[in-house]
Amino acid sequence: MAKASKKNTIKLKFDSARKLAPAPESKAGAKIDPQYDLFINGKFEKPTSKKYFASINPATEEKLSMIAEANQADVNKAVKAARGAYDKNWKKMPPAERAKYIYRIARMVQERAREFAIIETLDGGKPIRESRDFDVPTAANHFFYYAGWADKLEYAFPNRTTSPLGVAGQIIPWNFPLLMAAWKIAPALACGNTVVLKPAENTSLTALKLAEIIQEADLPPGVVNIITGAGSTGAAIVNHPDVNKIAFTGSTDVGKIIQRAIAGTDKKATLELGGKAANIIFDDAPLDQAVEGVINGIFFNQGHVCCAGSRLYVQESVFKEVVRKLKDRLETLIVGDPMDKNTDIGAINSREQLNIINNYIKIGQKEGAEMYQSSADLPKKGFYCRPTIFTNVAQSNRIAQEEIFGPVLAIQSFRTDDEVIEKANNTPYGLSAGVWTDKGSKIFNLTTKLRAGVIWANTFNKFDPTSPFGGYKESGYGREGGLHGLNTYVNVV
Amino acid sequence: MIATKIIPDFSAPVHIDQVGIEERASRFTKRSIKNESKINGLKLALNMIDLTTLEGKDTQGKVKQLCYKALHLHDTYPGLPTVAAICVYPSMVKTAKIALRDSGVKVASVATAFPSGQSTRDIKIRDTKYAVQNGADEVDMVISRGKFLEGEYNFIFDEIAAIKEACGEARLKVILETGELVTYDKVRKASDIAMYAGADFIKTSTGKISPAATMPVTLVMLEAIRDFYYKTGKKIAMKPAGGISKSKLALHYLVMLNEVLGEDWLNNEWFRFGASSLANDILMQLMKQKTGVYQSADYFSID
Repeated sequence: MAKASKKNTIKLKFDSARKLAPAPESKAGAKIDPQYDLFINGKFEKPTSKKYFASINPATEEKLSMIAEANQADVNKAVKAARGAYDKNWKKMPPAERAKYIYRIARMVQERAREFAIIETLDGGKPIRESRDFDVPTAANHFFYYAGWADKLEYAFPNRTTSPLGVAGQIIPWNFPLLMAAWKIAPALACGNTVVLKPAENTSLTALKLAEIIQEADLPPGVVNIITGAGSTGAAIVNHPDVNKIAFTGSTDVGKIIQRAIAGTDKKATLELGGKAANIIFDDAPLDQAVEGVINGIFFNQGHVCCAGSRLYVQESVFKEVVRKLKDRLETLIVGDPMDKNTDIGAINSREQLNIINNYIKIGQKEGAEMYQSSADLPKKGFYCRPTIFTNVAQSNRIAQEEIFGPVLAIQSFRTDDEVIEKANNTPYGLSAGVWTDKGSKIFNLTTKLRAGVIWANTFNKFDPTSPFGGYKESGYGREGGLHGLNTYVNVV
Repeated sequence: MIATKIIPDFSAPVHIDQVGIEERASRFTKRSIKNESKINGLKLALNMIDLTTLEGKDTQGKVKQLCYKALHLHDTYPGLPTVAAICVYPSMVKTAKIALRDSGVKVASVATAFPSGQSTRDIKIRDTKYAVQNGADEVDMVISRGKFLEGEYNFIFDEIAAIKEACGEARLKVILETGELVTYDKVRKASDIAMYAGADFIKTSTGKISPAATMPVTLVMLEAIRDFYYKTGKKIAMKPAGGISKSKLALHYLVMLNEVLGEDWLNNEWFRFGASSLANDILMQLMKQKTGVYQSADYFSID
């Protein structure tokens, strides 16, 4: 008995693992102007509204720049410019010529990768390691990939004729600002459409830097217009009668509003909305790698990921072991200054989002779930949240049902394959899922039965331009990426 | 002693995902180690080295020179730690023991028909006893990889247990020769067998086979040590050997150690580097940190 109680006290110590000497990336590598205007018809223009709003660094709460707010008149100008460029220029241009422009954008993003990474981190709060190693290179890859398709559409749609849709209105979220801009702009241009893009109001800077590149790349004026603003600007784009297609990534609530707004019009749409992905660990899984996958699945980009693995299902026979490993791993995550190269978890994107996350943490505790947070110290200023896991959770808990969009994981146990399939599908969402097992047949059984757009096996949160991405159910419709991503930007005859 | 422990079924499959373990290992190399973290890390790495000479042409003269180097790594940098141990063949143990006297630097001896291990149990036990009787503080044994690959796990278990007994007070390092086991599953299985059979250390390689130590292989072994610790409460030490010759790589290993096993393992009782040329690279980096400029390799003694 004495031995058993001694066993329970076994604990590894990770304090020193989190206390490395600072290794900050230099801010000098990026130039941020004090004020940014709207990018319309190839030029930066002052907004008709004459209004500007502040963009802050969520890690320090300091103001980075003032961003123009586009009103209805500005949206009209942007759409007019896009229509003009489409009719006069872009739709008539030989596809191989279009491809050259897109390749040029891709190369320029690569050339200025460091600057993009620094601005993305300053503006959005994500760790510099992620913007440097994931966001920026993946964004460049998307431009490269779709540049390649521009003159090969006849092979993408054999024996069919395609034509572009016209003007695409694109509205993107704050979690992957540059990458989402690339996901939207690259296939639209490759297929011959012109674009009016609106970044999220919290994170406009990298999209505006991209506008600078587009200007330098000498794209015909009006082919890409980037206008900034909040929800009302987005609504003006959605409701504009001369927009042919809406591409939206964001919350399910706004997705529903858009769907209502375009009902009865002939606007096409792709909606990439919320998620509450199930990550499933079977007892024959490589447990340490599964734990690492779970960590990356929920704590990547502070959990601000629509396909984040926010529900974890662990087979009961390995439940305790997995939770123990998770807790140990949690202790080694470095939370803090996003500009430090060692930071694993940076700042929450906004005060508003931090409040939402903290509210869910309270709800989870109130509902009786057992909370465990890492003992990391948080910086005094800025918006931060400790990585958090909940055990003793049921399907009926709100933290297991609703999208939190933060570093909060809800863990449940399961007994059999059928049970976990039922539970994993028991959600209005269906964006992604993860399966961890060494048994190939089990992987195929699950991937055919899980109702989610992307299912990863023995990995999580892997993205590639060649691979389609999109949701089932309330996670939206339409696919982005890969061959499928072309479908949503052409009429096929 | 063994009867009181629960020995797992070693024939049961183990699950290590190759892609996942390699990805995790590469993540440690993304840590940026600067300033005081770097200096502390370099000194710690220096203090964890088993300075090694394992050649057919080893002589008493060579071993004496190496021992002197162990005690005087770079006298122009005051306050440097010594290495942890000198690692030699059994025939050189006595020479090393005399040269190192009461310096605190340990003498480690390879044994058990190193490096192939292709000999009888009896000869391996005598080899071990010879090293210990000559004063070896630590014994680095090799497992019979042929038997392991045949699936004779009990043979390996008994072999390690027998050598452990022959070691007496000396600490036993069990070399898995991971380059011959090839897959991570097998490395994990061999690690488990060694720990349950009584290993004090598990060690990757002899240095005679390529690949020797790699970060993913070491990670698999560190995770085995962690799981064993949680199951039994017993700490096991780790020694990657071969192929670690640069300071930067050594620091990556320490980051990995710190994030898998934590700070209790961050000393030379629980972690060693088996290396011959790593020491000078660390010395060069330490002098760079101190003076701000790199010095020529000729300023660092080669023994």
